[in-house]
Amino acid sequence: MTVYILCFVLFLVGLYGVITRRNLIKIAIALSIMEFSIFLMLVLIGYIDGGLAPIVDPDLAGQIYVDPLPQAMVLTAIVIGLATTSMLMAIAIRLYRKYKTFDIREIKNLRG
Amino acid sequence: MEGMSTIVKKVTQLMAGIIFMYGIYIILHGHLTPGGGFAGGAIVAGAFILLILAFGSSALNLKKEVSGTSNVESVAILIVLLLALMALLFGIKVFFFNYLPKGEPGELVSAGVIPLYNIFIGIEVAAAILTIFLALVIFKEESSK
Amino acid sequence: MELTISIILGFMIIGAIYALHAKDLLSAVVAMGIVGYGLVICFLLLKAPDLAIVQIVVETITLVIMVAVVLDSTRDEIAVTFDRRSIINMVTGLIVFAALFYFFILAIGNLDPLGSHTLRMSESYVNGAVEKTGSVNLVTGVLFDFRAYDTLGEAVILYTAALGVLTLLRMKGKK
Repeated sequence: MTVYILCFVLFLVGLYGVITRRNLIKIAIALSIMEFSIFLMLVLIGYIDGGLAPIVDPDLAGQIYVDPLPQAMVLTAIVIGLATTSMLMAIAIRLYRKYKTFDIREIKNLRG
Repeated sequence: MEGMSTIVKKVTQLMAGIIFMYGIYIILHGHLTPGGGFAGGAIVAGAFILLILAFGSSALNLKKEVSGTSNVESVAILIVLLLALMALLFGIKVFFFNYLPKGEPGELVSAGVIPLYNIFIGIEVAAAILTIFLALVIFKEESSK
Repeated sequence: MELTISIILGFMIIGAIYALHAKDLLSAVVAMGIVGYGLVICFLLLKAPDLAIVQIVVETITLVIMVAVVLDSTRDEIAVTFDRRSIINMVTGLIVFAALFYFFILAIGNLDPLGSHTLRMSESYVNGAVEKTGSVNLVTGVLFDFRAYDTLGEAVILYTAALGVLTLLRMKGKK
């Protein structure tokens, strides 16, 4: 159980960062941290004690394998995480060129 | 962006090909060993990113490159879609049906269409990551002028 | 197993807190690497080598992109100021966190303890999957045969993100 709770604490740290930080780069980092905690949570749920990695050896029968379904889902989610992070970085560098700051309050205040 | 020192360039020349070949190996053996299209595509993109970082963007004609990678990406995802649609012509009429012969499990040529999906998804992932990186590099070059 | 992963998770939490409070953006980005690479070790311990390979490459590429953006702009963190509004925000945040934590504790009562997961839906993805798909790697079998729609959607999202970055960075802004 402690692993699940620590995982959720990591999620809360990311949420805290998204809420309190004003720097766009810090917000992107906090979003990545939230993503990581969710990946770890899903893989933890699919773990089986004494299970092998999900690569079947055709000669051996009757082995226990860990659950391949959460791993496949997380595999797609990791690549989507890369896509969203690079998209955020593109938005951040574009906003920096226009406003000369990463502060989201200043960006909100300056219009036009 | 200028290139790095001579030592870095020489080591990059020696290493980039090996990293590229490792990526190809990961893609082709995706149905036998850990890895597959996503991992191998990211490694292939990493080899190109290493080359661009070491040799600098002045050595390459980057604007032509970025249109090339985005074209490759579009074609690869179109081929994945066509491979999935071809399942409606062969075998039972189900989208994404595995219509090629399965072969012996554990051999390199086996598992029907899965290696083909792996190859084209790998090309798509590599081209997408490279497009994102090249767009950032070109943006930096243009704004620093 | 549980103890090892707890220790690594503790390091990841420390790295995350440091990354959010660092004065220098470059060190914040590097501290995010602690979280990412710690995750790689957790994946290896949890028997997920596919995920470990993908995560270590993706983390490296993310770090390269972030360092490029930070070096291209500014490295200074914005100074955090305290006023009455921030105190109200803090109190609200603490209440929300406490509520979330309470519901999480309620929810994990229904989960199996670590290591005693029973296969329900994915039982047919493991038993006899090699005969159905021909792929020895079960994760690839799930990705490209049983759940290929997910993979197609993922590839489309990556394609859209690449097009979005091209649109954002290559268009000319309003002067």
